Amino acid sequence: MSEISQEKPVYNYKVVRQFTIMTIVWGIVGMSLGAFIAAQLFAPVLNFDLPWLTFSRLRPLHTNSVIFAFGGCALFATSYYVVQRTSQVRLFSDKLAAFTFWGWQAVIVSAIITLPLGLTTSKEYAELEWPIDILIALVWLAYCINFFGTMIIRRVSHIYVANWFFGAFILTVLILHIGNSMAIPVSFGKSYSLYAGAVDAMMQWWYGHNAVGFFLTAGFLGMMYYFVPKQAGRPVYSYRLSIVHFWALISLYIWAGPHHLHYTALPDWTQSLGMVMSIILFVPSWGGMINGIMTLSGAWHKLRTDPVLRFLVVSLTFYGMSTFEGPMMAIKTVNALSHYTDWTIGHVHSGALGWVAMISIGSVYHLIPILFGQRAMYSVRLINVHFWLATIGVVLYIVAMWFSGVLQGLMWRAVNADGTLTYSFVESLEASKPFYVVRFIGGCFVVVGMLVMAYNTWKTVRAPKGSIAADAATQPA
Amino acid sequence: MDQGIVGTIFTLVVFICFFAVVWWAFSSRNKKKFDDAANLPFADEDHQESDKKKRES
Repeated sequence: MSEISQEKPVYNYKVVRQFTIMTIVWGIVGMSLGAFIAAQLFAPVLNFDLPWLTFSRLRPLHTNSVIFAFGGCALFATSYYVVQRTSQVRLFSDKLAAFTFWGWQAVIVSAIITLPLGLTTSKEYAELEWPIDILIALVWLAYCINFFGTMIIRRVSHIYVANWFFGAFILTVLILHIGNSMAIPVSFGKSYSLYAGAVDAMMQWWYGHNAVGFFLTAGFLGMMYYFVPKQAGRPVYSYRLSIVHFWALISLYIWAGPHHLHYTALPDWTQSLGMVMSIILFVPSWGGMINGIMTLSGAWHKLRTDPVLRFLVVSLTFYGMSTFEGPMMAIKTVNALSHYTDWTIGHVHSGALGWVAMISIGSVYHLIPILFGQRAMYSVRLINVHFWLATIGVVLYIVAMWFSGVLQGLMWRAVNADGTLTYSFVESLEASKPFYVVRFIGGCFVVVGMLVMAYNTWKTVRAPKGSIAADAATQPA
Repeated sequence: MDQGIVGTIFTLVVFICFFAVVWWAFSSRNKKKFDDAANLPFADEDHQESDKKKRES
């Protein structure tokens, strides 16, 4: 291998292929689960009186499978791909790469088994019990070594900015996961958190918001900084802005957690700190968004013909939207209305379905032909169909949740002249019902889009190598 | 130390760090370096092409 790689590196595409395919598989599983529990909210009969199918047990499975299984596989695939290609060197270790793949799949399968059984720490986005937490830590450590190892043996002098984002995401998630998962096991399936009271809550949301900030943002920004320039065929709009973007983003995100705990037992100054940091976060977030979108300046016409680029650019638009909405919702007075309502769910999904899923889908469409020796995807038309299904689905979803959320917030705070509540909780639930139906329909659009993607991928992978001709207009650079 | 002083020092340190990063990113000395780095996604395309040919043959 050494003689060949002196000339041109032979990249490890096997692990990238594995993670890419599993991204689609887990995407379908996680999003279908989401649609199913969305249906339970207006048709509770759908839990069939089985404890394993109740909303309370399936909801964490939904969040875990879309964030860590779908999003996680997408991040593994793209980071392994990008770090090799921008460092012009094969992965540090093929064995560690294989361990991260099989280890991560084992984590996901154990989540699918334990969560419906009701085995949970009840910490949001960290529900998995301690034996699985240990496996996650080991896999993540291997990921860390492999990623940074590859960066260290790189054949170019610079570390491309996408790798900075990936690196920050990998390192911080390791610290967050280990910090938040500290627990005292009492049996194989039960443990108690090392932290107590308000400290436990703060640890949880230090972890929880940085799961958003580093897992769902920094990692996917790494994806953005490689795949947007690559698909558009031109370097990023401003590399210097991307550096400022990186340092500002990672130094601010870590402080934003307390905005999940406004008006709780958390000290007031901590709440205010979290609020201020969240508001400032708007600036680097939009810096990054503008940097991504402006990369297309002079190439806007490509959007007309290239649905992959459209996925990437629309994802940035949703990123801009939700990073405006987020700081606004972190303001205590706004939070007093929005917290505990469906507005939060809408916000999360404009980030998760609009930003995270769309940038992943765009990147996967870019990757599949390259990984499987084709010049293009089997059908560009089907990518376009997927694009519209995804976009319509997300818009239906978030608009429904805005309506429902603001309605709930207003109904819950309405008081009569004598100080009693105007509405009971059930009345607000009834008011939300039609929006829950719309949300379910939006979710179905998204799931159907993923099925179209799976079909398109199947046809691309199964076709004889090199048999699919590239459409000149949409050929990936 | 009183909380206000800690807050002040922290704010100042962050402020200075931020401008250090901006200065570093936008100083003309580093322009060439960053322009090179910006082209890294396209730098290995020759390898990629030959990779493709190898697989197709």
